[in-house]
Amino acid sequence: MSAVQLKPEPEVALATVTIDGQKVTVEEGTTILEAAKRVGITIPTLCYHPDLPPQGICRVCVVEIEGSFLLQAACTYPVRDGMVVKTNSPLVREARRMAVELMLARGDHNCPTCSRNQKCELQKLAESLGIRENRFEVVRVPQPKDTSSPSIVRDPEKCILCRRCVAVCQEVQTAGVLFPTGRGVHTEIAPPLGRDLAEVACVNCGQCILACPVGAIYEKDDTDKVWEALADPTKHVIVQTAPAVRVSLGEELGMPTGSITTGKLVSALRRMGFDKVFDTDFTADLTIIEEGHELLHRLKTGGTLPMVTSCSPGWIKFIEHNFPELLDHLSTCKSPQQMFGALAKTYYAKKTGIDPKDIFSVSIMPCTAKKFECTREEMRASEYQDVDVVLTTRELGRMIREMGLDFPSLPDSEYDDPFGISTGAGVIFGATGGVMEAALRTVYEVVTGKELPSLDFHPVRGLEGIKEAEVDLDGTKVKVAVAHGLSNARALMERVKKGDSGYHFIEVMCCPGGCIGGGGQPIPTTLETRRKRVESIYQADKELPLRKSHDNPAIKKLYEDFLKEPLGEMSHELLHTHYVRRPLV
Amino acid sequence: MGCCKEAPALSAEVDRQLDEVVGKHKDQPGALLEILHEVQRIFGYLSDDVLIAVSKKLGIRTSEAYGVATFYSLLSTKPKGKNIIRVCVSGPCHVMGSDTILQSIEDELQIGVGETTSDGLFTLETTSCLGVCSDAPAMMINDKVYGNLTKEKVRMILRSYAEVKEASVS
Ligand code: SF4
Ligand code: SF4
Ligand code: SF4
Ligand code: FES
Repeated sequence: MSAVQLKPEPEVALATVTIDGQKVTVEEGTTILEAAKRVGITIPTLCYHPDLPPQGICRVCVVEIEGSFLLQAACTYPVRDGMVVKTNSPLVREARRMAVELMLARGDHNCPTCSRNQKCELQKLAESLGIRENRFEVVRVPQPKDTSSPSIVRDPEKCILCRRCVAVCQEVQTAGVLFPTGRGVHTEIAPPLGRDLAEVACVNCGQCILACPVGAIYEKDDTDKVWEALADPTKHVIVQTAPAVRVSLGEELGMPTGSITTGKLVSALRRMGFDKVFDTDFTADLTIIEEGHELLHRLKTGGTLPMVTSCSPGWIKFIEHNFPELLDHLSTCKSPQQMFGALAKTYYAKKTGIDPKDIFSVSIMPCTAKKFECTREEMRASEYQDVDVVLTTRELGRMIREMGLDFPSLPDSEYDDPFGISTGAGVIFGATGGVMEAALRTVYEVVTGKELPSLDFHPVRGLEGIKEAEVDLDGTKVKVAVAHGLSNARALMERVKKGDSGYHFIEVMCCPGGCIGGGGQPIPTTLETRRKRVESIYQADKELPLRKSHDNPAIKKLYEDFLKEPLGEMSHELLHTHYVRRPLV
Repeated sequence: MGCCKEAPALSAEVDRQLDEVVGKHKDQPGALLEILHEVQRIFGYLSDDVLIAVSKKLGIRTSEAYGVATFYSLLSTKPKGKNIIRVCVSGPCHVMGSDTILQSIEDELQIGVGETTSDGLFTLETTSCLGVCSDAPAMMINDKVYGNLTKEKVRMILRSYAEVKEASVS
């Protein structure tokens, strides 16, 4: 062999391709879809989702590659140097239209009555491809709706079998419920064994809803119950609003992603006729007081550690199904929604002299799992169902649209007393790491008696899947971890199960990004929108005069007047709960 | 809380058999499909309890096992009858009236495609070409092929199977 010239390998191989006559140089391995985006061409897609691995199922994104006989799926096909691609040839347009027409011919696509009307990717595609008639006859294999769950409705006749929900349910959440079943025209994305969602380990997270491009999975609509209560003169209708809703409702109603609309939200609810408008942030502060003391109590008395947060009902159902042997690790604190519900029909009822049976308690949540949580039999501390109806951000948006309120131009107004005062610590419950940070702000000061030098605990912020930190409480080192998205929670719990995690306190949020990414949030909810909403949450925290739960004067008063002390008898009865072991199918 | 059906208890013997099958194939590629085939060979079909148990032993979710079990036509999640009727619905048979044949079987046995009679004697299925197109319409019962079917012929054939059972009972 002759002398070999050693050339340092370039770090990444580059490929220059021509797409619709435009030359572009990208890293080798980039998909045609991404390369096209660089030259300003958006190839239509349907089974592709920016946050999920591409699957190449729907064939909507097909393109022509010079020298190749077959059309290829741009979402999975990697570019090669010298490749010449056509994304808009007659052949491509025909294949694309055919794929969409076939999907529209399967099942029941009656847009005006569909939950996704005007927000459906299939509908948008049919519009942008100019489909005015369908050459294919509609084939309907009856596949009944699954309305068994208090949170989620499945309508398989609208399903286009893109499997985005499967990737989310199996990989992102590891709930392992949705999977393709059957074959041919009987294929259905469904829970196993022919069971309904309510009979399996579905955690009601609604992440499948966010992933679905069409109207095949959606939240159970409870708006009629609320309209009815509002029109009933014998009912005293009160409402609480979750932290995450203030940074997302504007988005649902046409404002930019991340708009902070706390004051407009309160105005809108008042205009709708709610008798009192309260804030879940208040009971988020209360949760911090109770949970903070519970942690200190466990540290002092050798209780079960690490203690794990319990405010995310999707997470609770997940651990009940998947790690029933670890239930003792859960904090016994109810979620802020349920603490509020219990206080509303006891403390508030007494204070105002209103019979709890006449109080109709509504909560506005970013979350579909909260609809399930309020129906749990443990959540009847007042002897009535403590929270009567949970509406998601999307449902409230619909009611506001139905009423014809011009949301962006509403004036700001203030929450009502006594559950209207809250701190920044309550607000950050809406983002992953927020409960941990809020708890640390309080626990640090309770233990050390010293003021925190800085209120911001940056290591627990951000969208990394698992975050860790160590806090020095006057010599006692407390190791904490934060997980969001159930695959991350699962990884963390496997370590806890082994017993050598070394953590004292863990925060888990079911949904990626925390509640701002909840299953009831505006569509689309993607990594990008989650990030913007998280930023707004911390912005809202910064703008508040009070930022530590134990500084909340209304909380202090609640303890003086009613609860007496954290972890006391009253708290035990109203604010704490227990969990159940559930089978895993 | 009664929200979820309780996990089933399989008999120790069934559990042992499942362990054996799973242990044998666990580490090879395509283990799930292989295991489901073999388990079906032993128990006749893949019951909910068996699918739950196999999934647990393999460390996968029941949804995946059920998805595979319902995708492959050779696997069945429902108990099958003693006699499996497969009516050909390919082109030539279709043209020669396989629809009518199917309908007359459904009427005679009071079951639909994919179902089993309540006495466990027949399961009705459809199939693609049986290779006897010249005798269309055709069907197969177990491994015997019947061609040139008419409504009457079908009725007679089905009754002959039913009688075999009665004869063997008495
Ligand atoms: S899923 Fe989309 S295309 Fe189908 S009915 Fe709903 S809006 Fe229309
Ligand atoms: S709600 Fe969550 S757990 Fe239930 S099916 Fe959807 S993604 Fe899976
Ligand atoms: S339910 Fe939605 S996300 Fe799931 S496969 Fe069907 S269309 Fe796709
Ligand atoms: S988007 Fe590429 S195949 Fe569906």
